[in-house]
This record gives sequence, C-alpha cells and structure tokens, in this order.
Amino acid sequence: MVHSAPGGPFDEDKAVSPEVMEKLNERYNLNAPLIEQYTDYLGGVAIGDFGPSFRYPSRTVSELIFTGLPITFELAVYSIMFALLLGIGTGIISALKKNTYLDYIPMTTAMVGICVPSIILGPLLTLIFGIWLEVLPVSGWGDLAGDKILPTITLGTAYAAYCARLTRGGMLEVLNQDFIRTARAKGLSETRVVLVHALKGGLTPVIAFLGPAMAGLLAGSFVVETIFGIPGLGRFYVEAAFNRDYTMILGSSIFFSCLIIGLNLVSDLIAAAINPKLR
Amino acid sequence: MSNQESSLFKDALLRLTTNKLSLFSLIYIFLLVFVALITPFIAPYDYAYQDLALGASPPSSEHLLGTDTLGRDLLTRMMYGSRISLMVGFLATSVALIIGVIWGTIAGFSGGKTDAIMMRIVDTLYGIPFIILIILLMVIFGRNLVLLFLAIGAVEWLTMARIVRSQVLNLSRQEFILSAEAMGVGKLSIIFRHLIPNAMGPVIVYATLTVPQIMLLESFLSFLGLGVQPPLSSWGLLIRDGAVSMEEYWWLLIFPSLAFSLTLFSLNFIGDGLRDAIDPRTADS
Amino acid sequence: MKSNLFIILLVLLTACSESIKPVDKAVENQILYIGNGTEPQDLDPHIVTGVPESKVLMALLEGLVIRNPDGPTPLPGVAMNWEISNDGKTYTFNLRKDAAWSNGDSVTAFDFVYAWKRVLLPSLGSKYPDMLYDVVNAEEFNKGSITDFSKVGVKALDNSTLQVNLKNPAPYFLELLCHYTTRPVHKATIEAFGEIDTAGSQWTRPGNFVGNGPFTLDTWELNKVIIVKKNPTYWNNAVVKLNEIHFFPVDNASREDLMFRSGQLHVTSTVPPEKVESYKDKYPDNIQVDPFYGTYYYRFNTEKAPFDNKLVRQALSLALDRTLIVEKVTKGGQQEAFSFTPPDPNSYFPPTTLEFDPKKAKELLIKAGYSDSNPFPSVDLLYNTSEGHQKLAQAIQQMWKTALDIDITLTNTDWKVYLSRQSIGDFQIARAGWIGDYIDPKSFLDMMVTGRGNNQTGWSNEEYDNLLVAAANSTSQDQRFRKFYEAEKILIDEMPIIPIYTYTRIYMLHEDVQGWGNNLLDSRPYQFVYLENKE
Repeated sequence: MVHSAPGGPFDEDKAVSPEVMEKLNERYNLNAPLIEQYTDYLGGVAIGDFGPSFRYPSRTVSELIFTGLPITFELAVYSIMFALLLGIGTGIISALKKNTYLDYIPMTTAMVGICVPSIILGPLLTLIFGIWLEVLPVSGWGDLAGDKILPTITLGTAYAAYCARLTRGGMLEVLNQDFIRTARAKGLSETRVVLVHALKGGLTPVIAFLGPAMAGLLAGSFVVETIFGIPGLGRFYVEAAFNRDYTMILGSSIFFSCLIIGLNLVSDLIAAAINPKLR
Repeated sequence: MSNQESSLFKDALLRLTTNKLSLFSLIYIFLLVFVALITPFIAPYDYAYQDLALGASPPSSEHLLGTDTLGRDLLTRMMYGSRISLMVGFLATSVALIIGVIWGTIAGFSGGKTDAIMMRIVDTLYGIPFIILIILLMVIFGRNLVLLFLAIGAVEWLTMARIVRSQVLNLSRQEFILSAEAMGVGKLSIIFRHLIPNAMGPVIVYATLTVPQIMLLESFLSFLGLGVQPPLSSWGLLIRDGAVSMEEYWWLLIFPSLAFSLTLFSLNFIGDGLRDAIDPRTADS
Repeated sequence: MKSNLFIILLVLLTACSESIKPVDKAVENQILYIGNGTEPQDLDPHIVTGVPESKVLMALLEGLVIRNPDGPTPLPGVAMNWEISNDGKTYTFNLRKDAAWSNGDSVTAFDFVYAWKRVLLPSLGSKYPDMLYDVVNAEEFNKGSITDFSKVGVKALDNSTLQVNLKNPAPYFLELLCHYTTRPVHKATIEAFGEIDTAGSQWTRPGNFVGNGPFTLDTWELNKVIIVKKNPTYWNNAVVKLNEIHFFPVDNASREDLMFRSGQLHVTSTVPPEKVESYKDKYPDNIQVDPFYGTYYYRFNTEKAPFDNKLVRQALSLALDRTLIVEKVTKGGQQEAFSFTPPDPNSYFPPTTLEFDPKKAKELLIKAGYSDSNPFPSVDLLYNTSEGHQKLAQAIQQMWKTALDIDITLTNTDWKVYLSRQSIGDFQIARAGWIGDYIDPKSFLDMMVTGRGNNQTGWSNEEYDNLLVAAANSTSQDQRFRKFYEAEKILIDEMPIIPIYTYTRIYMLHEDVQGWGNNLLDSRPYQFVYLENKE
C-alpha cells in the first residue's frame, strides 16, 4: 500500500547515482517481489520487529517507538490526572450547588475550555508564563524544573472541561432519582448520600468517556508535543508522516491501534466494575 | 412523521429559540454559513491580493481586521477560511451521516447474521484511533482537500452507524412498522419511508455535535501541516500563522481565534440543546 | 477548596522560577547551548548530507585543515603544514605526531586513506563522493570502472605523511578539505560494528563513537539533545575553553525563538521572518545577519513548452522586482541576485545584471508569440512546504500576474516528493536553493553542466560546458575567473534558472558567546568559541 504513494523514501537532496539507489533498495529489501516484502513484514510484526526506520538509518522503528513512548505516556497520564482532579472536583461542586454562581461559573469556564483548542491555548500560556512572567520553561520535558506544567495544562484542559460537565450531569441524574430521596428520608448523612451514591453516578459517564477519549488525547498529544518540543512518540509520528518514513508510519500506526484498543478494553472493564448495571 | 416525533421537534425548536444563549448561537451559525456562502460576492478584497508595501498592519478603515505579513486583508482571508473550515465540517459530517445511516439501518433492520457481521466490522474499525487513520490516508494519497473530508467522513461514520442501528432496532419493534410489514409493504419502502425518518432524532443531534469535532480535528491537522495546504486558508492555518507572530501582530491571532471559538461554542450549544430536547433526562432544569 | 488549590499553584510556580535559565549558569560551567534545526539522521560523516549533522561533526572530527572562523584561508588541523607542487596537482601533507583519537590511538595518514576509500566505495552509498572527484581516479573508482583503490591518487607515504594527486590544479582544494566528508574515521571502531561499507551501524552511538575532534560524543537522545564533552586527547586541548556543547534539535523557528528569549539557548539556527524587523530594534546586539554563500533561485524545465523558449524565461525574470522581494517579503537583509554565483571576498564579481523591467518583459512575451489571441498557458510552480517559500511563491505569483497577466498555480509538497518530481522532470517551474560547499564559483557553475545530477533543467549548452573545462585547465586564478565570467553571461542570457536573491544567515547570538567569528559558509570550529560575561 505504501509503495503506491508518490515520492520514494530515498529521494534525497543531492541527486543519487543509480549505484547508490541500488544499494539502498537492497538494504531495505525494496527489490523483492511485493508479496515477499509483505509476508516478511507481517512476520516481523508478529515478533515486534517493524524494520529499520527510513529516516534514521541506524535505528529501528521499535527503538524509536520505545524511545518516545514513555514520554508520551507520562504526558498522557499527567494530563488525565489533571483533567480528572480538576474536572471531577469542579463537577461535584457544580452539581451540589446547582443553579448558583458556583455552578454557572465553572460550567461556563468548562465550555470555554472545550472551545479554546490547544493550538490557541498553548501559545498563549507559553507567552504569558514563559516570556512575560518568566516563571515556566517554554520547551522540553524533564530537562528544566517545571517544564511539565504547561504541556499538561494545555493538553488536559479540554478533558477537564468534559469531565466537569459529565460529572455534573451524571450526578444530577442520580440525585433526581427516587432512591436518593429514600436515602435522605431514611436519615442517612448528606455526605454519605453524595459520596457513595451520587458520585458513582457521576463517575460512570466519566469512565465511559475516557476510553474513547484516548483517541482524542492522542491527537491532542501530537499538537502539544509539537508546540512544546516534547520528544514523545507523537512528534516522531508527525515527523515520519512528513518525511515519508514508511516503516515508522506503519509500525507506529499498528502500535497505536493496539494500544488504544487495549485501553478501551480496560476502560470498559473498569466501568463495568463500578456500575454493575452495565454488565 | 409520528406524532411523538413532531412534538419533539416543536419542543426542541421552542427551547432553542427561547433561551437567549441558544438563540444567539443559532443566529450566529446562520449568519456564518450565509456569509461563507456569499463570500465571493461580498469579500472586500480579492482572495490573493497582496499589498507588499503595506505588509502587516493593524485594523484600520481600509482593512477592518488588519492585514497579514504579505499585506492580505485578514477579514477576506477569514471569510474564505470559514468556507473551507465549514465545508470540511459539514461535508465530512454528511459523508459520515450517509454511510452511517445506510449501514446502521441495514444492520438493524436485517438482524441476525447480517447485523452481527456488519457490527463486528464496525467494532473492529472503531478501535483504530481516527487521527492515525487520517494521517495514514493523507500520506498515501497526498494532501488533497477532497480526500481530507472523505477521509474524515470515512472515520466518523462508525458511531453514526451504531446510533442508527440501535434506533432502528427500537423502531422495528413498534407497532406501525410491524403492521406495515404485515401488510406486505416492501422492505426498501419501509427503510426509506418509515425507519430512516424516525431514526433521525438522535442522528441529527450527533451530527450537530460532530461538526465542531471535525472542525477541531481539521484545525489540528492544518496546524501540524498535514491538513489544508497554503495558499488555501482555513481557520486552523490562520490560527497557526497568528500564533507565530502574536506579539508583533496580535490581530492575526485574536480574530481568527475568536471566530473559531465562537463557532465551536455555538455548535456545541445548539447540539446540547437538541440533545436535551430529545432526551429530557439529561436536561438541566 | 478552590482558593487552596490556587495558593498551592502559586507556591509551585514561584518555586519553579529558581532554576530556569540555563544561560545564566553557563558561563561558569562553560556549556554552550545551540539550537540545531532538524534532528540529525546519523553522525557518520560519510553518509550524512545535512547542515545540522555538519554542526555536530565539526565538534567530533577534525580534518587535515580546519576552517578559519574569520576568513577564507584554512588553518592547520591534523596537518601541521603542507607543500603544493608547482603545477598545483600534488599536495604533500605533514601530519602532526600528537594528533590522537579519543581512545588514545594516534591519527595516522593511513586513517585518511581508509576514510577516503570508504567515501568512494560505491557499496557504501555515500551521497557526497563528488567532493573528492578532483583526486586522480577517484571518480572512476566511485563509478566502478576501477576497482583497485591503490590506483586512486591518495597515498600514505608513512604514518605522518599524506600525498594527494589531483587531475587538475584546483585552487579551492585546501578549502574543500575542511568539509566533513574528507575527515578521517577510526578504522577499528567502524569494523567492530560492521564492514567498511556497512551503512547505519551502531558505531556512531555514544560510547562507541571514536573521533579526533575537540569534543567527544557523550549523549544522544533523539528529538531531545546531543551533548558533546571536551576531548582530553585532542592535540590542541589547551586552547579549548568550552566544557560541553548541547545541540538541541528544534525544527520550529517560533519555538526556537521562545527558547532563546527564555534563556534556554545561546545560539539559534534561524529567526522567524516576522520578528526580524522588530529584533533589529529590540535586540540589536543579539541578532546576526551574516552574508552567506548561497543563491535562492527558480529553475525551469526547459524541455517542455512554454519554457523551452529563451524569450519566455527572460521575460519572467524581468518581471521580478527583486528589491521589493528582499525588502518586503524575505526581510532578512538578503541581497538581490545579479548573477547565479554569489560574489565572494576572493574578488569574484560576475559582470552580469538582472533587471526589473516589466514593460520589456511584456514585450518579450509578445515577441515569443503570446498575446491576447494566443494567451500564455497556466503553469505550475513547485515548492517544498515551508512558510518562507510559500510567502515568496505567492508574492511572485502576484508579480507575474500584474506585469504579464499570466496565471501560475502553486503546488507545495513535502521535501521528498519535491526532490523526486524534479529529478524526473515532472515540473514546470520549481523553487531551489544552492549553498556552495566551498568558496569557489565552480561549486555553483558546475551544477549547470550538461547532464549533471543537480542540473535538472534539461538545459544543455556546449559553449558553457567547454568554458568550464577550460577553466579547470587554466593555469591562473585570473584566467579561471575570466572563463567563469563568460559562463555566467551565458547563464544569464539563456536563463534556465532565475536567480532571485543571495542568502544571508540570520540567527540570534547571546552576548556571552565570544570567538564566534563570521565566515561566508557559516561554519566555525568550536575550539575558538568560549563564554564570557563582558559587562
């Protein structure tokens, strides 16, 4: 499939002599019949070998994936934690203080968070905190103190917003139901009512949302890694797309897909565990 | 349309028009689409007109929103950019809608093995992260605008199919469908005259909420350089260019960002409103 | 609860503001932070072709001679001194005895022979073997018509004497030897990880890499940083003041700019075009605008109409307002081009001019047969994706429309597709840029010889080819230049390419950096660079 794309992987800046082309084609096994290349590749994939990268000849795709993966993973985890903490916390407050200012303000802010995408938020935050106030670094991940803060906030804000709205919605749905009134009538403490029952209702949509949100988080990480120069898998992937590093694109695509499918499964399991009604 | 459906729509319309915010959103979207459609006739400058000597300049009487570094009028570029962004959003959603509705209806109505196979395909494809698929398609087939929204549509139809299918499953059990079948009305006729119109409720809601998502996705892709290519412009590209020079020429970032955010906001808001109308349990008040 | 969160955040933020400016501590530690453009593909000097790679290799490997940071004449490197025969075809280099590899081995003349053999071996697949084509039989060996390397004109007479025989006297040869392709490599290391012609092996990794330059490779984290540290075995170690250099692969000009302003970099690779104006006022001491030995031009596909007609090509060139371009579009202190080869300090000033005369352009177009009854066809302009190229293409599209009323469509593709389309002739007009590898008109004019790989215009002119051969056989620089001037005139008359402007190197340089120097190829050895706070 990738053979049909215009622009072979070895069209370089200096005109390449035919002998050199031959040598390069040999190295990447591009002269073998397509069927053979295909089966060779699949065989490799089965054992986790995606072949050498076209862009970095002395490195394999697997090596690139596993260099970038821990960083992207860390970014994703921090962003999700930020989103959950901020989102669920705000959602709870909104639900409990429904229709007061403590409801309107967070919910409007949440709406803003969804509608101001990271491509706007990132540069703005960088300008304010990195250049004007000079309190946070503008680039990198893990090199300078505090350089993880801005990327996390940029990536996590939209998800914090979604979490806040979902938590609020879910809790309200539960709070309106009969058994809550029964529980209150029975004299159970308000805290118990909230924490045990309503919260479950609030968390369910959030957990269910997280699985599919992974795919969106991935897209977001591409952008955030590009804005902040984070050497994660997202940046490698975008670079590969630009440079027609076919092995890298294929390898990472397969890898990402497996990862997301896996995560979706996990999120389904957790959701089922929390709310037996879903089983 | 059954009675239930038409009252639902009336209710939805009522809600949307009485609430101030949603009224504003509706008006804004209509205006936006209208302006986008007639842009070639009302744009103050020609799309490609450059005033090199002028360069970037702040808002003035000749250039209401200022100019970019090549001296091009920002308002004009935003108007043309809105055409692209909206086009990608609406067209991709339409593609997704058409494929999803047909797929879901057939699956839901056929039931049995056909249904199982069709939904199994959906489930498998569902796991692939959409941005990966789109980038993959763009790399293989080149960066072509038409391809872009075909690619996006080809990814978004999955959820649409699921929604339609569950609606169809519900409807299939209802009396008027069963009686139509008993009367010997042809399958195709049932599908097109009864099932699809009645399943449209949730589909429309989902479609309205999908458009802003797709616009967001397009802006991401264009920002990364993998989406709309210059010299065409879209909001994503305008924002990227604006972000780069936001300290020198603030208007290049602020105006496209405002327009984009307002559009996302309005579409989300209307979608929310419609969803609340269809499914009052999730409503606010 | 919310106010508590806020307070925690504030505390965190203020705590972070402590250690965020690397440049502040750098003078004390003598660590230089450089923004280096795209991530290097590899660090094997015989495989790579890019500028970012060359910057790192400058620290890791030293050749026979080294670039002079302040002028054109190379300084002694591994070679202490050298003799050139009267006919200019034989060079004898005396290597210093204390030149050493980073693992302690001595650098010998045999290392150079090994390295040059490696570059020229067709089986390695090096893309720069033509750097050495002036050497007797080098081209033949590389093309495979000779397989015995001992016939090639480079010999180690003993451990510290290297003799090179050239086909023709080449006044630029010494300068050419500054290029990384001609530097030595450590045979034992390379063969520990593969054969002499194995490309892409592990020998270039930190811990494996053995070099003879002022620095050694300490760390290489992809897309993050490359760190080199002072090499204790380097023969001129006493002169090196820097302890470390950190190369950051930053491919986004805007982010690099932010990094510089927030104190993360000492040197950047570029400046975003829209900031150039304001930085000349805001940071006059930091912004550097150095002349650079390169030409930005458009090339025509002269094998297909309408560009097979010289008059059409001339017309398009006359319709370009180069002054407006450099002042309003590129805005980087570039110079309007008046020839293909940029002028150079060795007193090479081609006697050609490129005018802006839209009226004459229109007349030429009519003379070529295009008018209202036979309108000029719509043609396509190809360029590789980049802000700068896009802007310029759009400006030029407009200029041609206004002056000649012709329609141009703009096509941008990524780098690889852009290159491949040109190499197969699938274009009408394409944007191009050429930086000389060494300061001599040959590095430019050679390109346009019939059939050369980088010609790609399909243009062929016998008189031009002959002039270049005559230049190569000339006995004096004067004679050479005269032949070159003739060639330049043919080029400007025939116009297979439209030169637009001469490059400048624009970048930011922190005031603590000393010894940075200024040369036409933007290439400087790091042993002369150091950090000092000159208040």
